[in-house]
Amino acid sequence: MDFDLSEEQRMLKESVDRLVAERYSFEQRKAYGKEAEGWNRGLWKQYADMGLLSVPFEEKYGGFGGGAVETMIVMEAFGRGLVLEPYFATVVLAGGAIRMGGSEEQKKAILPKIADGSLLMAYAYAERQSRYDLADVLATAKKDGAGWVIDGEKTVVIHGDCADKLVVVARVSGGQRDKDGLGLFIVDAKAAGVSRRSYPTQDGVRGADITLKGVKVAAGDVIGEAGKAWPLIECVSHSAIAALASEAVGAMSAMQDITVEYLKTRQQFGVAIGSFQALQHRAVDMLVALEQGRSMAMYGTMMAEDPNAEERAKAMAATKVQIGKSAKYVGQQAIQLHGGIGVTMEYKVGHYFMRTTVMETQFGDTDHHLAALARAGGLVSAAG
Amino acid sequence: MDLRYTDEELAFREEVREFFRTELPEDIRRKMINGQVPVKEEINRWQKILNRKGWAVPGWAPEWGGTGWDAVKLHIFKEAMHLAPAPEPLTYNVNMIGPVLIAFGTEEQKKCFLPGIANLDIWFCQGFSEPGAGSDLASLKTRAVRDGNDYVVNGQKLWTGTAHEADYMFCLVRTDPDVKKQKGITYLLIKMDTPGISVRPVVTLDGVPHTNEVFFDNVRVPVKNRVGEENKGWDYAKYLLGNERIGIARVGLSKSRLNRARERAANVTVDGKPLAENSRFRERLAAIEVELKALEITNMRVIDEVKRSAGNAQDPKASILKIKGSELQQAATEVLVEVSGRDVARSETGFLMGDEPPIGPDWAVTAAHNYFYHRADSIYGGSNEIQHNIIAKAILGL
Repeated sequence: MDFDLSEEQRMLKESVDRLVAERYSFEQRKAYGKEAEGWNRGLWKQYADMGLLSVPFEEKYGGFGGGAVETMIVMEAFGRGLVLEPYFATVVLAGGAIRMGGSEEQKKAILPKIADGSLLMAYAYAERQSRYDLADVLATAKKDGAGWVIDGEKTVVIHGDCADKLVVVARVSGGQRDKDGLGLFIVDAKAAGVSRRSYPTQDGVRGADITLKGVKVAAGDVIGEAGKAWPLIECVSHSAIAALASEAVGAMSAMQDITVEYLKTRQQFGVAIGSFQALQHRAVDMLVALEQGRSMAMYGTMMAEDPNAEERAKAMAATKVQIGKSAKYVGQQAIQLHGGIGVTMEYKVGHYFMRTTVMETQFGDTDHHLAALARAGGLVSAAG
Repeated sequence: MDLRYTDEELAFREEVREFFRTELPEDIRRKMINGQVPVKEEINRWQKILNRKGWAVPGWAPEWGGTGWDAVKLHIFKEAMHLAPAPEPLTYNVNMIGPVLIAFGTEEQKKCFLPGIANLDIWFCQGFSEPGAGSDLASLKTRAVRDGNDYVVNGQKLWTGTAHEADYMFCLVRTDPDVKKQKGITYLLIKMDTPGISVRPVVTLDGVPHTNEVFFDNVRVPVKNRVGEENKGWDYAKYLLGNERIGIARVGLSKSRLNRARERAANVTVDGKPLAENSRFRERLAAIEVELKALEITNMRVIDEVKRSAGNAQDPKASILKIKGSELQQAATEVLVEVSGRDVARSETGFLMGDEPPIGPDWAVTAAHNYFYHRADSIYGGSNEIQHNIIAKAILGL
């Protein structure tokens, strides 16, 4: 057992923490949000130069050669900064699908372009009816000569508005909710038949609902074997949950710090409101929730790429449950302890709350994962 | 960062588990599984088995019988103990007075007491709380006045667990009433058969006299039984506050209870199906397990810090473990009550103490007794509200 970061990991943490501290004040973030795509291209280039965009990729594809711990470090810092750039969509999700399931050719063609910042990607998996069931897919992929033709609608694709390429989940065979028969396809976002309707999201970025009509995909753009993508879809969602958990820890710790600072400075009845026991105890309960969340983010990070799929699924469900509960508590109380200012767009604490609220809906909410964990027999085995 | 145990730690865990599997007497294990209360003879018998193995007081300094295990191994040992499930060692001896004497006792006191404390030849009880001194412990009033080579003690203690079975009490007394309340307290070891001591049992909600009131009427205590210096007793008492971090969350104990709840739920039928298959019940259990897993990792993080600091620095994060640990212990006892259904209605104190056969199913009749008693988990050792105060001050700076 070892909670230490390696020397390289410590350096990564220092540099990404410094970047966020210097470039992601609340005012700076507001300015980035007003740019054309809702984020800053210059920063994206800077992430590339720092090696952040290749953190989980192997060195032979121009990567940093990191694992889940390195992603945890980046995501936690980005959570603290409420970073707007399409890191999660490009590097963790779509990049993750290619990293974990792609062919040699695909990795060589795509990962270096993600790493140098020239390629943006998004992961189009959810559908209007699917709620949190990853296997509930109506979009179809039909064989067309050597290639495929995709038809269907994908919904709330985060950063789907600006992506150059999409990783699309579509059904090759089987019924609507069958795990068998799914495929992952790399689709050019400007290909004929792709139409995107984009919108701002509650957490300050952009999303898109995407319609695919007769979109042609070459045989070389199938990730893995068409129809056998379920294990990969699960792996991507598990990496996503670990990354989101770390991002949530960053956001929660920021809310905690901001709130405690506010309790120390805000005066009412002639004293700092932090001198009131009712508020002190609430702040302590926030801290307990944060630390429990941090622990599960670490656990999730450790288990995110565990080879035992069954244990991994349980661990990631448990991680999402704890993060969901912790983030909801910390966020709601952070606003409550601020009073009126906490409910305004002018003040930063509410923006963290909006981000963690949207996060709850990404890759399954607390109820979804609690039910899944309960069905799988829970976490505590007789062996302890 | 790697949260997994190393191969060496895994091998150690297997060694410890094997020991608990083979050496814990079956009658004691049975009682623990049933949620019965182990009695003095059983606790002694088990402690002597541990002592023969050299594992009676693993956390102590090696020269006094400690094993020299690091914090991770101590944690592994405690978890194996809870999962066995084996009785906890007498906490007043092993976790409290032993470490205090090692840190602050005279050589003579150490030689005289420590071997007997470790082997449970001597039982200690804790004389801290008083009717007017609970959360505000430092306001205690039991008075000790120096008279030649003795202190003369008058006053009253409350919540004195095992006082009726103990040979000695470690006791906080007021020796100087004219200074700041924390400054006038002295730490004494008082022999329980000294004339002037009377003990009145206090029966807790489980029907067991777990605790007592102790009255002192001109009780003479030799000055050589004082620990450390006069009026420094508060420092010695405080020394223990952060000391018990490693076992305080009792994750293994809660796991063990949840395992039992799941096993029992398989034998309870609801709407023609086992309760264990009921989705509402399973989700309830899973929700507790998630919190417990998080606590387990939080516990490991604190242990990791202990391992690095290699000292006895107090860590306010222990308060997080205490709050969450007690809540989850209570949640597990609550689930056991729900699983047991109406069988909890019988008050079977005789079975609980181990000397009468049960009328109801052996696994069910102790559930309410334990549920009632374990409401104390969030009260003793500094109530959870006091723990909140500690965190607010020491971590948040409020």
